[in-house]
Amino acid sequence: MIKLFSLKQQKKDGESAPRVGNQKKASAAQLRITKDINELNLPKTCSTEFPDPDDLLTFKLIICPDEGFYRGGKFAFSFKAGPNYPHEPPKVKCETQVYHPNIDLEGNVCLNILREDWKPVLTVNSIVYGLQYLFLEPNPEDPLNKEAAEVLQNNRRLFEQNVQKAMRGGYVGSVFFERCLK
Amino acid sequence: MDIGNETLGNQDHLQRRWSHLRKLLERSGPFCHPDFEPSAEILNFVMSSCKVLVIGAGGLGCELLKNLALMGFREIHVIDMDTIDLSNLNRQFLFRIKDIGKPKADVAAEFINARIPGCKVTPHYSKIQDFDEEFYRQFHIIVSGLDSIVARRWMNGMILSLLSYNEGELDQSTLIPMVDGGTEGFKGNARVILPGISACIECTLDLFPPQVTYPLCTIANTPRLPEHCIEYVKLIQWGKENPFDCPIDGDDPNHINWIYEKAQERARQFNIGGLTFRLVHGVVKNIIPAVASTNAVIAASCATEVFKLASSCCLPLNNYMVFNDVDGIYTYTYEAEKNPDCLACSNNVKTLDVKDGNMKLQELIDSLCENPSYQMKSPGITTVIDGKNKTLYLPLIKSIEERTRENLKKTLNELGLKNGSQLIVADVTNPNTIIFSLRMPKENDMVVE
Repeated sequence: MIKLFSLKQQKKDGESAPRVGNQKKASAAQLRITKDINELNLPKTCSTEFPDPDDLLTFKLIICPDEGFYRGGKFAFSFKAGPNYPHEPPKVKCETQVYHPNIDLEGNVCLNILREDWKPVLTVNSIVYGLQYLFLEPNPEDPLNKEAAEVLQNNRRLFEQNVQKAMRGGYVGSVFFERCLK
Repeated sequence: MDIGNETLGNQDHLQRRWSHLRKLLERSGPFCHPDFEPSAEILNFVMSSCKVLVIGAGGLGCELLKNLALMGFREIHVIDMDTIDLSNLNRQFLFRIKDIGKPKADVAAEFINARIPGCKVTPHYSKIQDFDEEFYRQFHIIVSGLDSIVARRWMNGMILSLLSYNEGELDQSTLIPMVDGGTEGFKGNARVILPGISACIECTLDLFPPQVTYPLCTIANTPRLPEHCIEYVKLIQWGKENPFDCPIDGDDPNHINWIYEKAQERARQFNIGGLTFRLVHGVVKNIIPAVASTNAVIAASCATEVFKLASSCCLPLNNYMVFNDVDGIYTYTYEAEKNPDCLACSNNVKTLDVKDGNMKLQELIDSLCENPSYQMKSPGITTVIDGKNKTLYLPLIKSIEERTRENLKKTLNELGLKNGSQLIVADVTNPNTIIFSLRMPKENDMVVE
């Protein structure tokens, strides 16, 4: 049993040893992200860029798919983990304009584990694999870019051509895409 | 009975005011703690030395301050970063119309001090993050009525960082119990956290309900609920049209109005009914209606726990009580278990002895890999210097490795590491990040200066 009152009397008498310095302890989010980052096991198509090596909570992920519709392209995603990580997922945005059924033109990404299916046991690595998978298997059933999804569903050849056109830099319909070939 | 005359004042009505506490603290009884020793000293401790910190002066905070002050606690501090809003007045009863716009902590403290003679509430109109370990160390008990998980986790980290261990044994005089209350509509909970001993906030993080989110594709293409329309405007349309050239401010009526109008358009388009201004406000600000009676119940439970901890008269709550009166009344208490792998509290900091501050970072990493009790493979190391995170070396991330490689050749002193500095070390050989506290021999410390 903890007898606060007698303990504190002792404390007054022999004041416990003062601690060294005034170092703030790392937050739980920091502890967890250090672990996540140190153990990132990136597939060979992916790399990371940290603008500030001291800030592990903010970084970019570059994906260069080596198969599928998006082979040869280069796509950047920004990651921002908040102080509530891993209770809340990191915020992920696609910074490259891409013609993709599950990524809209503002860079919003429709990936279940980024929102409704996020769980604290998941890691940055899980998201990397999720994003990589989006490029291998774009999913027209769950569209964010409806036009792209319809084309993929109805005419795979045309979809493939549109993706190529967009990655080379050019118009698909009325939308202009910046060149993003590797 | 000299305390009666000395500290508690001579007036008869004051004597009578505390007679119920006397009955509890100066006599034994069947419900007492088995080790309880009745004594007049206890009331004296509660009334003249026990220092309690109340975090939050909102719905729970007002109740807590009132309860604690009426229970005899006299040395109370309260922290709140908010000012009073009209919508608080129905339940935050220490505030009046004339107080709108003033800091909650100040007004609450002033009210209690005026109403309860002898009680001294000290207000702090600031964020909990504005205070350091020295500040928090002065309290015997901390009781919180917060509305945010981030703030709870921060407080939890703080009280854990105050613990000190001697040879792995917790020094109980560094322990500050935290009583945490929370409410959401008709549901609430109260819990007692003995940092380092019982489950902490981080141990049970998965108990907090996740924020309600909707799949982005549903929001974008197949909305069915008015909430979907609001989320669409909030997440997609706002960014696209950027009507006010700034992020959404839930307290700005112009912003809410704009979202309301756009969401209405969208709801009409998809034949969705039930979209109201109130709902828009609620969804944008994540508002959950607060219920005064729930706050009262939870705060009463928390205040009772503070009293039990301060007086040791009864066994404290062990350790998590849930309360629900959505439909009838239900309450249940169980023991939340300490997570042995908890990121915050299982990590009692390990001591790492180094020969002196002239040791190079590379040598330190080598020793972590060679040390038979760690045998690490490729440790990544970060630290905190003057409150700022600093990455010392991460071997596996190319872009960071390149920029931290030069640190390997630097000495610990050159990197700003001192006796007592904490290293945060992650390695595949351990499921958790390990915290090491550096220990350098004293005389070397002086030489380096």
